[in-house]
Amino acid sequence: MLQLYDIALRSRLLLGTARYPSPAILAAAVRAARTDVVTVALRRESGGERSGQAFWSLIRELGVRVLPNTAGCHSVKEAVTTARMAREVFGTPWIKLEVIGEDDTLQPDVFGLVEAARILCAEGFQVFPYTTEDLVVAERLLSAGCRVLMPWGAPIGSGRGLNNLYGLTALRAHFPDVPLIIDAGIGVPSHAARALELGFDAVLLNTAVAQARDPVQMAAAFAQAIEAGEAARLAGPIESRDLATPSTPVIGTAFRG
Amino acid sequence: MKILVNGAWRDTTAAELTALLQELGYGDSVVSTAVNGEFVAATARSHTRLSEGDRLEVLAPMQGG
Repeated sequence: MLQLYDIALRSRLLLGTARYPSPAILAAAVRAARTDVVTVALRRESGGERSGQAFWSLIRELGVRVLPNTAGCHSVKEAVTTARMAREVFGTPWIKLEVIGEDDTLQPDVFGLVEAARILCAEGFQVFPYTTEDLVVAERLLSAGCRVLMPWGAPIGSGRGLNNLYGLTALRAHFPDVPLIIDAGIGVPSHAARALELGFDAVLLNTAVAQARDPVQMAAAFAQAIEAGEAARLAGPIESRDLATPSTPVIGTAFRG
Repeated sequence: MKILVNGAWRDTTAAELTALLQELGYGDSVVSTAVNGEFVAATARSHTRLSEGDRLEVLAPMQGG
């Protein structure tokens, strides 16, 4: 079972709720993904407008745990204030902490991230920091009080998969006991399966499902891939090698000598 | 007085935050508020006085990744 801040979860897939063709397709995709956790956000709403209320009703009916984010925040102050607002609205100490540092890649501002994480952990938040694969930053986030890390696979929405395989495997090897969730950049189910095979604890994705031609079918495909990746990790994959080794026994081979 | 609500100027006579939210039509909507960049808890709204030029954010649940 996946354990995140003392909560045990069956599914190793965390699913975003944005950019689906309709609320009905979102709901069907969440069910098909067999996920336990969905990400949500806060946005401005004018008086009398009820779209946020309708969305929140839909999520509550799905019976899943929510992980609110601070998406769109570019400063520590914005991220901290948004986290406090999210805790009140969603009634959870969980927060997916994003402090964006650069608009072309939506790369995290890791300096602001560490500072915001320190403030929020001290206030009792259970922080899920959206970070890079940088080992030193990871260490600082853990020192700040984070007990889960969410390194990016690739830039948000890019679908490039695991961009820096060396950096990510080094991070996994360096922190064998910290839950690591690959967040962002996943494009197809094989990327997610690969992440699990490499020993990552879970995958968080949104666009790959929401923008697929058939989001519900893609959600099911991701669920299968993630289950397969986890099963493969438990089964112990063989080492890859450069040259062939015969799989059929060579003893008793005909026509030799 | 003029208050900046979610980026748009509004004229109001409401003296405190609960009254302003009612005036703006939020009713019993699930929203969270911040004044001048600082979070204001729901329990603190009725004793949060407003002043000319205050910046109010009213946020509601939304789809997110």
